[in-house]
Amino acid sequence: MTATRRDFIKTSGALVVGLSVAGDLVLDAQGTGAGPYPDLDYKQLDSWIVIRPDNTATFFVGKTDLGQGTGTAFRQIMADELDMPYDKTSCVMGVTDVTVDQGGSGGSDALQTDGYPMRRVAAEARRVLLEMASARLGVPVAQLAVSDGVVSVAADPSKRVTYGELIGGRKFNTTLTGSNINATTGQARLKDVNQFKIVGQSPQRYDVPAKVDGSLKWAVDAKVPGMLHARNVKPPVAGAKLVSIDESSVKDVPGLVKVVSKGNYVAVVCEREEQAVQAARQLKVNWEKPAAAAFPTSENLYGFMRTAKPTSSTSPSVVGNPDAAMMTAAKVVEAEYEIPFQGHTSIGPAHAMADPSNNQLTIYSNDMKSYGMREGVAQFLQMPKDRVRVVWMEGPQAYGRTAADDAGFEAAYLAKELGRPVRVQWMRNEETAWDTKGPAFVVKARGGLDAQGNLVAFDYDARAADFGHLGYNEADTVLIAQLMGIRPSTPNRGSSAVPNEMYAIPNRRMTTHVVSLPTVWETPLRTGNLRDPNGPQSPSRPSRSSTSSPQPRRSIRWSSG
Amino acid sequence: MASITLRVNGTSRTVDVDPATPLLYVLRNDLDLHGPRFGCGLGQCGACTVIIKGEAVRSCIRPVSTVAGAEITTLEGLAQNGTLHPLQQAWIDEQVPACGFCQNGQIMTAKALLDKNPTPTDAQIRQGMANTLCRCMTYYRIQSAIKRASKTMASSKTTASATRAESEVIA
Repeated sequence: MTATRRDFIKTSGALVVGLSVAGDLVLDAQGTGAGPYPDLDYKQLDSWIVIRPDNTATFFVGKTDLGQGTGTAFRQIMADELDMPYDKTSCVMGVTDVTVDQGGSGGSDALQTDGYPMRRVAAEARRVLLEMASARLGVPVAQLAVSDGVVSVAADPSKRVTYGELIGGRKFNTTLTGSNINATTGQARLKDVNQFKIVGQSPQRYDVPAKVDGSLKWAVDAKVPGMLHARNVKPPVAGAKLVSIDESSVKDVPGLVKVVSKGNYVAVVCEREEQAVQAARQLKVNWEKPAAAAFPTSENLYGFMRTAKPTSSTSPSVVGNPDAAMMTAAKVVEAEYEIPFQGHTSIGPAHAMADPSNNQLTIYSNDMKSYGMREGVAQFLQMPKDRVRVVWMEGPQAYGRTAADDAGFEAAYLAKELGRPVRVQWMRNEETAWDTKGPAFVVKARGGLDAQGNLVAFDYDARAADFGHLGYNEADTVLIAQLMGIRPSTPNRGSSAVPNEMYAIPNRRMTTHVVSLPTVWETPLRTGNLRDPNGPQSPSRPSRSSTSSPQPRRSIRWSSG
Repeated sequence: MASITLRVNGTSRTVDVDPATPLLYVLRNDLDLHGPRFGCGLGQCGACTVIIKGEAVRSCIRPVSTVAGAEITTLEGLAQNGTLHPLQQAWIDEQVPACGFCQNGQIMTAKALLDKNPTPTDAQIRQGMANTLCRCMTYYRIQSAIKRASKTMASSKTTASATRAESEVIA
């Protein structure tokens, strides 16, 4: 437990209102959580739920909401098991020193996987509260009833006590069990589905009002006294090497604090934002461009991918006997598909703010995996993990591994270098060029139809360009590391995967090969998970996404015509 | 640096900045108005939209010196006396946002649209909103919310004029 912050939350009545907006809580509470920031113990009920004297509750969950409304769903689940009214609850997400490490978001499994421990801990809190009420009211638990956070004697409802009266402002001190966080449980039995009052309803999302009246503080709004503004200056072409920087080119820029460079990473830091924009435009950097492009041109990309020797291949995923079925098919339909690199190009370019006060590091970020960023930054800057925390705040929607990872590391590095809070904001051209790309694919697909037009055989053979060579928040693959010349100890050959195929095709074979592009660690073609990794390429697309599903699904219709 | 006085959401605010500074940075960094957002810095996406003299304006490419003295409205200035603007209420009723990052621009552009044309057709809404981008594809809900707000505003106007007519009769 990080005592200071949690106690602050529990005891400060003034913060109760602010709790509806996690960002406000976090920013307002700054200074009370000066660190260090040890990991929260998921086996303590107090790590998950706080109940206040006024009979309101806050749930602390280690997930992030990227625009899907998962926070609302978490509140529904937990309020229902706890028997609290939904509107008396609030939810804090993804702040590494106040919420347990549920890994942030990814894989579209926030509810199906992470909802269960939340549900069980809420049920356990209800069980403990009923025991306390039993002692207080002098009747066995079996003779008590609970409704809307009030426990009463079933036979005499005038005898009652609220959750707030039982526990408000104090700790449960209840230990949970479970070998990992997803297995976290107490002793309580979960409610039967037919007992749910809130789950199954469609409440309005709690985050929407503050998003339409302008009051929500997003990660882009993170601001602390003394904060500086930074802009990056990126290499002009893949493989360019920094030779020298002419700092006299920006000496007339007002508010210039420092030109920072290491390897091929260059940034300007100024007192004001528009000054940083100007300095980044004006800075003269002498780059040595590679003599010849090591890279296929856009027109030749697919030709290169078709002919290059794969660096890795999956074992074919085979069902039935596709060769035999194809031979006897009444009709065979064959097609090739070329899928270009796709940028995430978030509506809000990558950004983060880092504060190095008290010899700690706090990073304000919309990264979907705040815990991973904490771990990665600590490793990158060689700081003890308990001196780093990441405060997750809302941001533009993400579709997998975005450049939010990269901006967080950059802000952290610059803040540590300058000893002052620094905000990094990528420009639009930077986001378009350097954010993570969904890999380009060449897909060869063959379908065999029987006389009735049923799909009886399917052969899928894909080639991906550097499929997913970036992990999430990795200290040796984030962009600043790439530009500084840091390389993974084991070069990532790219991971290939065969898409999930949900249709009942009796005979099929699916294979994916990875073709590595030249200068993979110098180019902006940094491939990673873009929503539904390997899914858009699959002719019939399963319902799986990295984070969310804002786009209509598309599938290719097979016809015998 | 120059001292520039702005009229923002009905209040005069004086800032000391380079006159060429984009209005967006002044609103966000000097006046702590975070409704308008940086999306592209090129006037192309609309996330930074504010209303100046009735027009939806992209604040990321508007030098602050050019709007001195003009009445500027940001998202924070739409609600009156604690009551949300019908568009904001419609945005909640229709649950428009996914992530919500662009919605400042959607709401402010819609406000300027309805101020000029209180009862737009679907085609007019699509045309009026065409250059305000959303990466979450909330366009259909935006359209529904604008229509809802248009109806609310029309009926409250009818009520207001009916009340006025009634009081005139009584008088």
